[in-house]
Amino acid sequence: MNDFILSASGLTKTYKQRSGRFGFGSNLIKALDDVSIALKPGATLAVVGESGSGKSTLARCLLQLQPLDAGQVLFEGHDLAALSGQELRAARRHLQMVFQDPFASLNPRMKVGDIVGEGLVIHGLGDAEERRAKVLRMLERVGLSALDMGKYPHEFSGGQRQRIGIARALVLEPRVVVCDEPVSALDVSIQAQILLLLKQLQREMGLSYLFISHDLRVVRHIADEVAVMQRGRVVEQGSVEGLYAHPREEYTQNLLNSIPGRHWQAA
Amino acid sequence: MADLLRVEKLTVAPAADASRLLVNKVSFALAAGRTTCIVGESGSGKSLTALSIMGLLPRALQRLSGDIVFQGNALAGLSNTQMCDVRGKRIGMIFQEPMTSLNPVLSVGYQIGETLAAHLGLSGKALQGRIAVLLERVGIPAERANSYPDELSGGQRQRVMIAMSIACEPAMLIADEPTTALDVTVQAQILALLAELKTRMNMGMLFITHDFGVVADIADDVAVMFRGEIVEMGSVGDVLDRPQHPYTRALLDCVPDAEGKKPLKPIDYAWLNGAAA
Repeated sequence: MNDFILSASGLTKTYKQRSGRFGFGSNLIKALDDVSIALKPGATLAVVGESGSGKSTLARCLLQLQPLDAGQVLFEGHDLAALSGQELRAARRHLQMVFQDPFASLNPRMKVGDIVGEGLVIHGLGDAEERRAKVLRMLERVGLSALDMGKYPHEFSGGQRQRIGIARALVLEPRVVVCDEPVSALDVSIQAQILLLLKQLQREMGLSYLFISHDLRVVRHIADEVAVMQRGRVVEQGSVEGLYAHPREEYTQNLLNSIPGRHWQAA
Repeated sequence: MADLLRVEKLTVAPAADASRLLVNKVSFALAAGRTTCIVGESGSGKSLTALSIMGLLPRALQRLSGDIVFQGNALAGLSNTQMCDVRGKRIGMIFQEPMTSLNPVLSVGYQIGETLAAHLGLSGKALQGRIAVLLERVGIPAERANSYPDELSGGQRQRVMIAMSIACEPAMLIADEPTTALDVTVQAQILALLAELKTRMNMGMLFITHDFGVVADIADDVAVMFRGEIVEMGSVGDVLDRPQHPYTRALLDCVPDAEGKKPLKPIDYAWLNGAAA
């Protein structure tokens, strides 16, 4: 059991969705239907699926940002739901998140140095001088500089903003990072930079990634293991090599066959 | 064979700053029954090129120079009224967002009908019959004509947009990132539908995309745009498998492959600026 740094079993989450012409009716949507996954330390587990498959709900539920209907999330052997508010906050230092939209996820009124340093303040880590040094070191690791600390998010390109988002997550030296579509909003040349940066930081800092994505080409490059989600269920999971070479489920086969340019690149 | 569309030395800049060339001397030609993909990253000028052809550039931008010749007639310089006869009738258009392109309070059948009524003057039974034919041609059951956009999935909405764009049997279709907002399985279906319609109706298709995978699936010819210029143009086989320009090569190195065999290599812009100069 301690082979896994983060594991989830039997996760269930149901939403009520309004239906009918004026929304008087309601439907129950099973966003998560008995989902179990496990992340090995230092590895990357990708969760792939199309829109509405439940992959982003899974990310939020794993971090207890959203209450679950049923199921258990274990982080380093501790049940996250059983922790007190204070203990959960302390655990969150080690469970960080990188978001999809680097435009929406950075406060436009805060300077980059403050955005990246905010987590250190919240968790009471170090004094002002130490925090500043930590923030600077982290920014340099993601390819930014001391000059950037005093700038505001709008002064940066999409790729640079995603670097800021990564610095903000990693400055706390987390063990697990949940990346929710971190490169989907980026141009392909910037996407390649960010993917390589994530891989490099994973090696250097011993991070474990849960990588949410709809892009099977990106997943092939970043992940060690893959879980394929469809309508709230994990329909297939396994190693990247195995699953891409020999998909068992029809849905997975269909997804892989739909990758644009597959025949060109296979040639 | 005469070209369906010929764009020559098209140059676009902001009205306020004519020295900032957003589209710089872009020239290409498109023949009936062929698909040309314009591929590039954001800001490369690919969408502005498409908008220029349709005379839909934002007011803040202007076409500084260049000719756009469609079926032997110059489009640039046509009045708005004259352009309305071309747009939607002889040149169909599809855009990225099928959610925002449809009016939420009108049934999809009505919206397809608007195009037919405006350009072909159809009404009554003839109009309804044509709407049914168009819906079935794009793979939607004819009875969905009474559905509203929110009752359809993203893929179905894009099919409705395609039905509208081909309603008047245009000679040419301009598709600007039509599958970017769609799930991968739906994307594959829409690409197959567009390819089929293109062949069946012998349309020329100008397809704008940022995705080389999509290019490989749909293009006959490819133009690669970078900083407002076409840096490389050729058949899909030549450009994708034997790229000549350093930018094309660098961009292809950034595309992750589905096999995981190829290491990713980000673009070294400092090197590129030297190599391209």
